[in-house]
Amino acid sequence: MLKHFIGLQWKSFFRSASFKTEIWFKILMALGALYFIVMFLGMGVGAFFIIEEMEIGDPLRVVNQFMIYYLAFDLVFRYMLQKMPVTNIKPLLYLPISKTKVVNFSLGKTIISFFNIAHAFFFVPFSIVLLTKGYPPLQVIGWHLALMALFYCNNFINVMVNNQNTVFYVFAVLFIVAGASQYYQWFDITLYTQPIFDFFYDIPWTAIVPWVVLVGLYYGAFAYFKKHMYLDGGLAKKQTEAKTENLEWLDRFGNLGTFLKNDIKLIKRNKRSRSAVIAGAFFIFYGLLFFTGALEVYDGPFWKIFAGIFVTGGFLFSFGQYVPSWDSSYYPLMMSQNIKYREYLSSKWYLVIIATIISTILATFYIYFGWEAYAAVLVGAIYNIGINSYLVLWGGAYVKTPIDLTSNKKAFGDKQAFNAKTLLLTLPKLVLPIGIYAIGHFLISPMAGYIFVAVFGLLGFVFRDKVFTMIEGIYKKEKYKTLQAYKQK
Amino acid sequence: MITVHNLTKTYGENTVLNIDNLEIPKGQSFGLVGNNGAGKTTLFSLLLDLIQPSSGYIINKDVQVDQSEDWKPFTSAFIDETFLIGYLTPEEYFYFIGELRGRNKADVDALLSNFDDFFHGEILGQKKYLRDLSKGNQKKVGIVASFIGNPEVVILDEPFANLDPTTQIRLKGIIKDLAAKEGVTVLVSSHDLIHVTEVCERIVVLNKGEIVKDIHTSAETMKELEAFFAG
Repeated sequence: MLKHFIGLQWKSFFRSASFKTEIWFKILMALGALYFIVMFLGMGVGAFFIIEEMEIGDPLRVVNQFMIYYLAFDLVFRYMLQKMPVTNIKPLLYLPISKTKVVNFSLGKTIISFFNIAHAFFFVPFSIVLLTKGYPPLQVIGWHLALMALFYCNNFINVMVNNQNTVFYVFAVLFIVAGASQYYQWFDITLYTQPIFDFFYDIPWTAIVPWVVLVGLYYGAFAYFKKHMYLDGGLAKKQTEAKTENLEWLDRFGNLGTFLKNDIKLIKRNKRSRSAVIAGAFFIFYGLLFFTGALEVYDGPFWKIFAGIFVTGGFLFSFGQYVPSWDSSYYPLMMSQNIKYREYLSSKWYLVIIATIISTILATFYIYFGWEAYAAVLVGAIYNIGINSYLVLWGGAYVKTPIDLTSNKKAFGDKQAFNAKTLLLTLPKLVLPIGIYAIGHFLISPMAGYIFVAVFGLLGFVFRDKVFTMIEGIYKKEKYKTLQAYKQK
Repeated sequence: MITVHNLTKTYGENTVLNIDNLEIPKGQSFGLVGNNGAGKTTLFSLLLDLIQPSSGYIINKDVQVDQSEDWKPFTSAFIDETFLIGYLTPEEYFYFIGELRGRNKADVDALLSNFDDFFHGEILGQKKYLRDLSKGNQKKVGIVASFIGNPEVVILDEPFANLDPTTQIRLKGIIKDLAAKEGVTVLVSSHDLIHVTEVCERIVVLNKGEIVKDIHTSAETMKELEAFFAG
């Protein structure tokens, strides 16, 4: 039986759609994982010596002091990213396999998850360093085993509280409050928690306690799962109550309004698009890094233009980048309905423009950092409207990966953006304005640099009809390929 | 209304559709039957310009569909759930389609009121998004949406599948009326021989991409079809 389960798992991993990506994206992912491993390893080996150097006490005790935060952070991180093991259970339910086995396997699977293994890269080298430094082996091993159990406890706690957003938010807030009050020295939670972790070291046999808790949690998770393994129970999709919205104020824009209404609903009602827009909103603050001089590397004059583009272009990059893909699940409808391609494209264009203007208004506070900062923002906005809005739509014609609106997967960035053509189109979005600015900056003055970029943006605006005809042509040419690609979920 | 000229569609070596000539006059209720892979959905997708023909072309009321978009105003379709927008409520979806076809809210409401018994109280005012409706109810929404805006051509792929018996019977009435009373050209595909023979004046059988039978529906049609499919 286990053989079958493992076989299924193997196939589901290697045949998953996300696995079949371009080879160099795989390499990128591997590098990312490697980076984390190296970081953990480096911390594991180095932590002891760094703490020793800082002379804030016995390294082990210091680690114990902050262990509560480590554990709490781990839990938050897991809650947000670790996938629940239920996903593939459905087809197994009616097969002649006992539920106990299915649940055991699903839970067992989580044990080898990256979220658990990653910690080993810290704790194993750290414990080894402790041993070489002459800490008594028995005590170190007791401590090590106890902490290992605690991280696995987190694993099963996460399984049980999954999808309980209120529990999560209460916990996250408590965690932040504890951190803040420690920072401001109102209340130090570590005073009460450190002794617990010290205990595992001082009296090694107490390591049994977390293991007992772990076994208890495992059975808790097991019972919980088994009880909820029904289609209308734990396996049910959550439904939100829908309400019909008219958004009649958009009617005055005619056909354009029809699409805008739809796009607003798209953004509001789907997890994926919502998070893209929220991410885009954060870009407004990105400029703070440049204009406050917080980072020295960003002090050069070109970076101001770079910042201006990003501050006003958050929506453009996070939402506009994937333009036709947002509609991927009903693209055949859009293509056969009474819609002209041009109307469809211009509605998306307007959406990007409106968002850019809103960001520009919100970014008015950059005036605080001097006229030059806000000039950069304004010029960035003009360039975004005049040039980048087209480039984004143009690049969209080549983005052929369907977006699953209802899930928020791939939190680690999108592979969709990584295809050669869209990447090439990123160059004129960011490098070209910097280049134009540089010409003006070095030949005449910084002011001229800004004017050059703005003129470029305005020129794009003037040639709007021409550019749209060209983009429309590309979309029409790519239409059939896009339809084909969206079919393959 | 619709004319098909030397139309073929090939994927690699594989010819999935090959129709020399097919004419569908205005106001005909046209049924397409065939086994899986016979090319029914391929033909419909070609009609809607969702895929490109390998050779030949389709004329829909003087418009060559792969060259111009002008067939869109008078043609509507429901092929599958990719014609639904999952995050809208049924009402919003109907109004959206209505606006695209130049119908205001009152027009759409008036049309919907004709379908009250078809909806069976499970569609309107349910506080559910389309994605959360059952397959059968989703289908009802898609089918009714394709009637919005007085289209002259309505294309329905497998409209009877997934529907409950009551709704199937009602749908048959609706389709018959569309063709007979309003002069709408209705194209329907189905695996269910009984339904198509009841609804359609003309039945075309596709087999491996080719037209093997073109029958004007009569009392003997059912037998003829059964004989063909029994092989």
